[in-house]
Amino acid sequence: MSLFNIFDIAGSGMSAQMVRLNTTASNISNADTVSSSVDQTYRARHPVFATAMNEQMGRQAAGVEVKGIVESNAPLRQQYSPDHPMADERGYVYFPNVNVVEEMANMMSASRSYETNVQIINTSKQLMMKTLRLGST
Amino acid sequence: MGISLDRILGLHENAVKLRSQRTEILAANIANADTPGYKARDFDFKQALASAQSSSQGAIRLQVTQPGHIATAGGSPGFEMMYSTPMQPSIDGNTVDLHKEKAKFTQNAMEQQVSLTFLDKKLKGLVKVIRGE
Repeated sequence: MSLFNIFDIAGSGMSAQMVRLNTTASNISNADTVSSSVDQTYRARHPVFATAMNEQMGRQAAGVEVKGIVESNAPLRQQYSPDHPMADERGYVYFPNVNVVEEMANMMSASRSYETNVQIINTSKQLMMKTLRLGST
Repeated sequence: MGISLDRILGLHENAVKLRSQRTEILAANIANADTPGYKARDFDFKQALASAQSSSQGAIRLQVTQPGHIATAGGSPGFEMMYSTPMQPSIDGNTVDLHKEKAKFTQNAMEQQVSLTFLDKKLKGLVKVIRGE
């Protein structure tokens, strides 16, 4: 029954967008966590989406899967503040390479996509209920 | 005079089937709106319905499930999947135009509702005839 597939497809889309929202939340909340070395500094994380060509979902339609989460390679922000308790021996602290504006845009895009998938599930549910009630008075 | 269920339900039986398949494809397009490299797909509903109608009314067809099978004349009933041309292609190779897909999804759902309403009324009419109210 193909209408059940829609729940899988939209559900995979919802879970993928949820992963994206999670990484965005993690990035934004860690935007100001400083550290005293380059290796220990938090780096912005982003999920990589891929089409899930699943045999069970049929050959025509496919859901989304999260292939993995990659850390951004953008350069870290260095700040000279010798009074900072986390400063290294040269007096530098390191800030994460999180771009907060970018993350906010990402967050809005993810939540809109999530909403769209919820609407699809609702519409499909209505259609199924109508099909179930065919001919009943 | 016997009542043929096939004839009463008419093309709506095929229409609902194809509509739900199209709903699935459009849902996949929308779910993959952010997937890099995903190509939006769709099919020509009119042509698919015509092909489904001709195959359900015409002669009995053989099913082709293995590469060695020989299809009967006219081929198997079905439709051709097509890739949509994006209005504004994005740099990551994704061709889903979210607003267009949403509009298509809504229209498709409405048209499925229409077919379901027709089927519903037809079945209700049949029930009325059978009960003799």
